[in-house]
Amino acid sequence: MKRIYLDHAATTPVAKEVMEAMLPFFNERFGNASSLHHFGREAREALEDSRKTILKKLNGKNHTLVFTSGGTESNNLAIKGVAFANRNKGKHIITTKIEHDCVLNTCKWLESMGFEITYLPVDKYGFVNPEDVESSIRDDTILVSVIHANNEIGTIEPISEIGKICEEKDVYFHTDACQSFTKVPINLKKQHIDLLTINSHKIYGPKGIGALILGENVDIEPIAHGGGHEFGLRSGTENVAGAVGFAKATEIIKDKDIEHMKSLRDMLIKGALEIEETWLNGHPTERLCNNANITFRYIEGESLLLHLDLKGIAVSTGSACSSKSLEPSHVLMAIGLRPEDAHGSIRFSLGKDNTKDEIKYTLEVLKESVEILRKISPFKPRR
Amino acid sequence: MSGINYSKKVMEHFLHPRNMGEIKNPDGIGKVGNPICGDVMWIYIKVSKNKQGKEIISDIKFQTFGCAAAIATSSMITELAKGKTLEDAMKISHRDVSNALGKLPPIKEHCSNLAIDALRAAIEDYKKRKG
Repeated sequence: MKRIYLDHAATTPVAKEVMEAMLPFFNERFGNASSLHHFGREAREALEDSRKTILKKLNGKNHTLVFTSGGTESNNLAIKGVAFANRNKGKHIITTKIEHDCVLNTCKWLESMGFEITYLPVDKYGFVNPEDVESSIRDDTILVSVIHANNEIGTIEPISEIGKICEEKDVYFHTDACQSFTKVPINLKKQHIDLLTINSHKIYGPKGIGALILGENVDIEPIAHGGGHEFGLRSGTENVAGAVGFAKATEIIKDKDIEHMKSLRDMLIKGALEIEETWLNGHPTERLCNNANITFRYIEGESLLLHLDLKGIAVSTGSACSSKSLEPSHVLMAIGLRPEDAHGSIRFSLGKDNTKDEIKYTLEVLKESVEILRKISPFKPRR
Repeated sequence: MSGINYSKKVMEHFLHPRNMGEIKNPDGIGKVGNPICGDVMWIYIKVSKNKQGKEIISDIKFQTFGCAAAIATSSMITELAKGKTLEDAMKISHRDVSNALGKLPPIKEHCSNLAIDALRAAIEDYKKRKG
C-alpha cells in the first residue's frame, strides 16, 4: 500500500544529505571529542563546526550552544537550570497553559520543590497576551517560558514582544522552538531570547540530539553532572555524529519548501472544512506552514486516525505524546473547546516532500471516514 | 505514545460493527459514558417473549462516540446479548466481552466495563418503563 506521512510534527525522516554527513563519524572519525590525540581533535573540530553553523543560523553571536539529547532535555535544562541557579533571587516562574508536556511537567515538578508557577491562559486562537505576561511578572519572577509555535495547533506566539517585556523587566525569557526552528525565522538578539530550545528530528535530522542556547549572562545549573562536557552544563561524551547531522539538517528546509507546505496546508484545510461541522483550530494565518489541526464534530479522533491509517495515511490526535492519555488535549481545552470536540480533533502536519496528489487522496479518504464514523456516533449534525 | 496495539478481532469489529444504529421506539435505552473521557455509548433494546415465556432481547443496536475499543466493545456486546434472556444478558461480564475480542489493551479495558454498563442500563430502563 502507498503510505502518506502527514505527521511531521511528531518526527521527520532523516534527509539523505544529513545521513551522508553523519556516516563518517560512526566509524572513520569516531573519536571522543574530549581526547587530546588526533582522533579526539578531529571529532572536536566537527563538533565545534556544527555548533557554529547552528548558532549562525540564529544570529547567536555571543551565545553558548549546549548540545543535549533533544527538546525534552533542553526544556528541562532551561527551566530547572534557571530555577536552581536563581532561587536566591526568587521562586516564581511564568509559563502558559499550552506548553509541551515536558515544560508543563517540569513546572509541576518544580512546584513540588517549592517554586511557584503561573500558567497563563490563551485566547481562542491560542495566543498568549503579552500584557498578561507583563502584569504577571513579580519582583521574585526569575523566568518566563513561552512556546514559539504550538506543537498541536501551530499558533505562532508573539515572542518578540514577550521577549522585549522580559528584557525590560530583567527576567530571563525562554522559548521552546522545536516546531518552528527552520520554518519560522528566529533571531536570538532581535527577539530578546535568553534561552532557546531546538531539536533535530523535527527538521530532517537524527533523533537523540537537540540544543539549548544561552545568552551571554544567563546563569543555569546543570542537571547532569560528570566530566564537565558542554561548558560544564551537560556532562556526557558528546554525540558528534548527531551534532554533525543536526547542523546539516538546519540547511534542509528552504524558502520554497515553506511555500510548498503552506499551499498544501491551505488546500488541506479548505478541503477538510467542506465537511460539515468541522473547524480549524489555531489561527488561520499566524500558524506553522505545515500544521492543520481540525475538529470533526461527533466523532472521536483515535477512530478517525485508525480509519486513515488503514488507508495508508498517518496523522495524529493532538500530539503523539498524549495518545496514551484519555484526557482531552490540554491545548484544545485551553483554547476553549468542549471535551467531546477536543476528542474529535486531528493534527495533520505536512512535510516538504508531500504532494498535491497525496492531499487530494487524503481529502477523499477523510470525507468517507468521517461519514462512516458519524453513522456510528449517537451525536449527529442537526439538519 | 503508549503503543496501543489492537487485536485483529477488535479491528474487525471496529471497521465492521455489528448491530450499529438506532432502534425506533425501543423498549429500553441505556446511555452511559462521559464525553470528557471521550467515550459515550447508547444501547437500544427490543424485548419479546420466547417459547418458554421468558423475556429475551429480540433486537439490539448501538451508537457510540469513542475510540476503536469503544466501538468494538459496543459491537461485541450486542452480538453477545442478542437472543439472550434478560436474566442471562445481565450476567454477561466485562471479561466475556474482552475475551470475545481477544483481549483489549490494558488502557482500554474500561471500555468493556462501559459496554456492560450500557447493556445493563438498557435492561433497567426496560424494567422501569414496564413498571
